[in-house]
Amino acid sequence: MIDVMNDASETRKVTGGVRDFVVFDDVSLAYDESGNAIEDISLSIDEGEFVAFVGPSGCGKSTFMKLCTGLHAPTRGSVRVDGEPVTGPLKITGMAFQNANLLPWRTTLDNVLLPLEIVKPYRSQFRRRKAEFQERARTLLRTVGLEGYEDQYPWQLSGGMQQRASICRALIHEPRLLMLDEPFGALDAFTREELWCVLRDLWEAQRFTVVLVTHDLREAAFLADTVYVMSRRPGRIVEKRSIDLPRPRELEVTYEEPFTHLVHELRAQIGEIRGGKP
Amino acid sequence: MNARQRERIAPWVAVIVLVVAWEGIVRAFSVPEFLFPGPLATARALVDYAGPIAIHSWQTFWTTMAGFGIGVVVGLALGFIVGSSRFLYQACYPLLVGFNAIPKVAFVPILVVWFGIGSVPAILTAFLICFFPIVVNVATGLATLEPELEDVLRVLGAKRIDVLLKVGLPRSLPYFFASLKVAITLAFVGAVVSETVASNQGIGYLMMSAGSQMRMPLVFAGLVVISAMAMVMYEFFSFLEKRLTGWAHRGQR
Repeated sequence: MIDVMNDASETRKVTGGVRDFVVFDDVSLAYDESGNAIEDISLSIDEGEFVAFVGPSGCGKSTFMKLCTGLHAPTRGSVRVDGEPVTGPLKITGMAFQNANLLPWRTTLDNVLLPLEIVKPYRSQFRRRKAEFQERARTLLRTVGLEGYEDQYPWQLSGGMQQRASICRALIHEPRLLMLDEPFGALDAFTREELWCVLRDLWEAQRFTVVLVTHDLREAAFLADTVYVMSRRPGRIVEKRSIDLPRPRELEVTYEEPFTHLVHELRAQIGEIRGGKP
Repeated sequence: MNARQRERIAPWVAVIVLVVAWEGIVRAFSVPEFLFPGPLATARALVDYAGPIAIHSWQTFWTTMAGFGIGVVVGLALGFIVGSSRFLYQACYPLLVGFNAIPKVAFVPILVVWFGIGSVPAILTAFLICFFPIVVNVATGLATLEPELEDVLRVLGAKRIDVLLKVGLPRSLPYFFASLKVAITLAFVGAVVSETVASNQGIGYLMMSAGSQMRMPLVFAGLVVISAMAMVMYEFFSFLEKRLTGWAHRGQR
């Protein structure tokens, strides 16, 4: 891991907590005439902050991710990342989704290396520094507990292992911003909690900024510094809640007060948004 | 004998049953040989005319393979172009479907006017009939890319061509190989059909002239040869498919 960190500091312009790393200023986005997908979003995320977005389905959480990464431009308002207005895809981001989306014809190792074959400046150095990159990927796979599976194909791995590999792929080019769209949504409860801890440890070690979109309130509260609650479509932010639980957090925290109380409150809030159904 | 061995010999048993039933029916009703020859008569014709059959088979084989080769190149290129852009996909799809609906036999007279009688119409008919499934399969393989995966790559600054080469093309390979199996059998159809009307070489021609002389065993021998060639080529591409895109058939191991 140390090796990875050194390399990171070379490529990063600024290290350490930049304030207002991601800034949304009164942002709305309408895909078509049917109205806004998200509306009047204003927020700011510091560098190294772990934020989670929760809300009922179809509240535009994924739209938020597209705006943040520059895959989509806002209809109104502006998005700035690291002081610069976002005008196109932001390569300082890594992404992982509910579906691991690994390429079945590549080994786990080669899947993790894929971004380095694409993103600049690694792209042009890929052949020359291949051994070094492979070592970096192996190190990363080891930290998420996939040692010994590097040469297996994705379809030989379990769902949880595929998701670990998918997160490695998102992190291999040392992004400053990690976007996760319900990454653990398709996993069973035990695997999910295991992966929470994997993500927690990765984040504690590298302190990239994380935007996590999730349905799981426990997941949001356990991992995040700040939880944003979004309303139904058109998605607005109805609540910003700081989670002050001390770090590093252990899984046991999630079964104790004040954590359970917090989750209850969030749950009640979402229930209200959904129309008062219990 | 366990279940697996039984499965392996089952196709051979089916062939034997068919041949025996065929011979049985022909004998039971004493059907004259010039109408419907039995397998024995067909086999005899195969041996007696081995020389001419070999010459004509070779003609059919190479024209088919030439047409098929052009079909693969054109099919891949067209499929790549059509599948790589939503706009082109929408624009070209109805045209391709419309073209495919034309019976390819209808092209033969045109091709004869343009190129005369011989190998060229056979090659072109084989090509025309076989390229369509390749286009459709390659285009579909490219067009059905997971949007999330595309996002993952696009955010890294991947150009459209990066996504196509790194992900789209390998992903569409299983579709491509599946289409090759269909295309090769269609190519044989095309070549033989063209030979029956517009050639004096090839199995199609051989069957046509043998038929007009009521030498039915020879006609049937021709059928058997075509069928054998198509089957061998089909198996060959099936083997290639399994070797090169084994990752897509993991459930069948």
